[in-house]
Amino acid sequence: MWLELESVVRQFPTRRALDGLSFRLPQGSIGCLLGPSGCGKTTALRAIAGFEPVDAGVIRAHGKLLSQPGFSAPPEERRIGMVFQDYALFPHLNVRDNVAFGLHRLAKSAREARALEMLEIVGLADYAMHFPHQLSGGQQQRVALARALAPEPELVLLDEPFSSLDVDLRERLGAEVRAVLKKLNATALLVTHDQQEAFAVADIVGVMRDGRLEQWDSPYNLYHRPATRFVADFIGQGVFIPGEVVGPGEVRTELGVVRASGVHLQPGRPVDLLLRPDDVIHDDASPLRAEVCQRSFRGAEFLYTLKTQSGAILLSLVPSHHDHKIGEHIGIRIEPDHVVAFER
Amino acid sequence: MSKHGASALATHHKLRLTPSVVALVLCIPALAPLLVIAYASFSPDTEVWKHLSQYVLPEVTANTLLLVAQVALLSGVLGTALAWLTAMCEFPGRRFFEWALLLPLAVPAYVLAFVAVGFLDYAGPFQTLLREVFGSSSWFPRIRSLGGAAFVLSLATYPYVYLLARSAFLTQGRRALEAAQSLGYGRVAASWKVALPMARPWIFAGIALTAMETLADFGAVYIFNVRTFTTAIYGAWFGMRSVNTALQLAGVLMLFVLAAFVLERRSRANANFALARDVSRESPRLVLSPVMRRFACAFAATVFAIAFVLPVIQLAIWAYENIGDLDVRYIGFVSRSLLLAASAAAVIVAAGFVLAYMLRRFPSKLSHAVIRVATMGYAIPGTVLAVGVLVPIIYLNNTFQDLLRDWFGDGAPLLMFQGTLVAVLLGYMARFLAVGFNPIESGLQRITRSVDEAAISLGVSGTALLRQIHLPLLRTSLATAATLVFVDVMKEMPITLIVRPFGWDTLAIRVFEMTAEGEWQRAALPAVAIVLAGLIPVALLTRRGAHVA
Repeated sequence: MWLELESVVRQFPTRRALDGLSFRLPQGSIGCLLGPSGCGKTTALRAIAGFEPVDAGVIRAHGKLLSQPGFSAPPEERRIGMVFQDYALFPHLNVRDNVAFGLHRLAKSAREARALEMLEIVGLADYAMHFPHQLSGGQQQRVALARALAPEPELVLLDEPFSSLDVDLRERLGAEVRAVLKKLNATALLVTHDQQEAFAVADIVGVMRDGRLEQWDSPYNLYHRPATRFVADFIGQGVFIPGEVVGPGEVRTELGVVRASGVHLQPGRPVDLLLRPDDVIHDDASPLRAEVCQRSFRGAEFLYTLKTQSGAILLSLVPSHHDHKIGEHIGIRIEPDHVVAFER
Repeated sequence: MSKHGASALATHHKLRLTPSVVALVLCIPALAPLLVIAYASFSPDTEVWKHLSQYVLPEVTANTLLLVAQVALLSGVLGTALAWLTAMCEFPGRRFFEWALLLPLAVPAYVLAFVAVGFLDYAGPFQTLLREVFGSSSWFPRIRSLGGAAFVLSLATYPYVYLLARSAFLTQGRRALEAAQSLGYGRVAASWKVALPMARPWIFAGIALTAMETLADFGAVYIFNVRTFTTAIYGAWFGMRSVNTALQLAGVLMLFVLAAFVLERRSRANANFALARDVSRESPRLVLSPVMRRFACAFAATVFAIAFVLPVIQLAIWAYENIGDLDVRYIGFVSRSLLLAASAAAVIVAAGFVLAYMLRRFPSKLSHAVIRVATMGYAIPGTVLAVGVLVPIIYLNNTFQDLLRDWFGDGAPLLMFQGTLVAVLLGYMARFLAVGFNPIESGLQRITRSVDEAAISLGVSGTALLRQIHLPLLRTSLATAATLVFVDVMKEMPITLIVRPFGWDTLAIRVFEMTAEGEWQRAALPAVAIVLAGLIPVALLTRRGAHVA
């Protein structure tokens, strides 16, 4: 277990930024703290880096104590690299010297060789002598990554690493960054408010809210098995419809009894059932009909907003050759992989 | 809509010629002295050169360069260290010293100089006290020396470095320091490796400014009896009555000024890219050890005391003791100072406004070039400008005089162009146009183009646009520009001294005449008025926050 946070609290004068944050990040994996702005994710990152003290709880790495109330190992002794949101490249140094900056324990020649090696890995070997202001945003980002990784830190922190890039670049760089981190078998933790970014880069994602974790899980589970209503709302699209538990893995709704594994609530309880757009399947033969209220074309598929006879709203993802007009009635089937229901 | 657009375009074309002509005319005061000096340098008088290179240049060059080097070093160290302490660290009194350390800007170097000489010289109170206590003060370093002048000029000019370095440290944000820390450097090491190198362009720009001030200084070196280019030019003009010598000396001095000027421009260009993008968080200040905290406080307090508090106290005491000097002549000194400063402010603000407005309405390479030339004068020493302004005026005067003699014979009226206030104002305009132009230009830049376009689309254009939109919005900028020019002219010495009409003594001239006679204590009374006026722009500066000069 590489990084370990136990009930970490950070109190600011006006608000509690971290309120009992706990999680564990195994060696060699990429974690992500995901949440809306103000949820405390950046404070968590800065506390791990050692730029923020903790008011309660413990931060450990490899079992070694990093932070606890009244004690904070200096950032420069933590062996934790950091990629800043604005990259914080040193404007007075060229790219190679930026990357070599953290290698002060090596001899000059070894330092330069290592810097060039890192630049090779991030694909910027040709830009070694350029200055930061001569590079594009994406290139600066990769220099920042190379600089953070060059001293072989035991953990790399990435603070909203793609937020200042355009959308196209984000996706590509997300995959590249993941490839570089995996190639070096680095342990990394990023924070972001963008779930696509989190899913593209991380192995484990924690959804944060008001200074604590709602769920710490794989992206797949966050989507299909959200632990709380907040996670279900925050991750992906979907709607809730009311129902009642009738048996293990069975919920009765106005759309009939929905069967799937995963609900462990007691029969008889009123619940809200989560239906993702991919849980609602278009089937002309189905007797269950719904009216098309809105459609949004997404290339390979349509996202239809549907209204059932009783007035419930559903979302459905349908292959785009099923071109239905607004006002048309189409047949649907409810077929979730996992029934996700929360008590009302 | 399109009709408005078309008519606006038409006025554009019609007007384009007029403002360029006006702008070119406004360039003449700054450009003419330079052309005169350049012309004189390219056609040297061999007799004059022989004399200069044998008896004057070696000493004057060595003195000037040594002085500039010492001032650059001392003010650079003082300014950078104080900026680092107040911008990055926490120590008792930090908030106070942040602005208090700018106060020495209010005291002209020549005032600080005569106070230092009067206080520390052999006959002054300090050495008298030493003699009473120790019996002798012969071991005390001679104050009227190159080192003394360098010390005083450093105290007077370190705020330039302080101001620029401080804003560099403040705008770096803490990200760069944190990045260095995450790469294994402690906070102090990170400051040395990152904060200082990142601030280097600003520090160099500040040092270049102190070098320019030192090269331009006349009053202080005169008091310290150090022969530099400015005092040599003054001596050649008044003592030897040799226009050629003065011009040649001015030409050589301009080479040094040019070097400092280029250094300043280069450094500022380098500073542009080094701005941090994230300055939102105020960085946590470095917590010093108790010993260092006390040392930081004591250091700032010492500089502040020596550069401002003690001189001001001494001035006040002397002024009080010589209050008997305050007679009817002072009405003349004060009113002449005020009249000169006010008319210079009016002329220069008007000229600065025309130039700034031209730049906005007709931005082109030519306009930029014209403005760069017209505002270059702030870098040119006053003695040089004075000589450069007078030479063509005297030439014109004599030419017209000859014409008049041809026409009227011996009964021709005597022309005296050179001894007029117009000549003085031309000199001021050359030197201080930048002071008036910069605030107006930045004020105009804050008015976005869409404001203009909105007004034009509502049918308000031309002079109505100027009257209804631009002037009201510019009121503060115009007032700032006028104040800055006003105070600079109050403090100005060499141009006034060389170009003024006979007997036109101002406060600054009174200071000069008293110090020339070694009457340090009697120079205090007029100097107090100058220092009080000098406090105004410093107050403006601190109220706006620690802005870049």
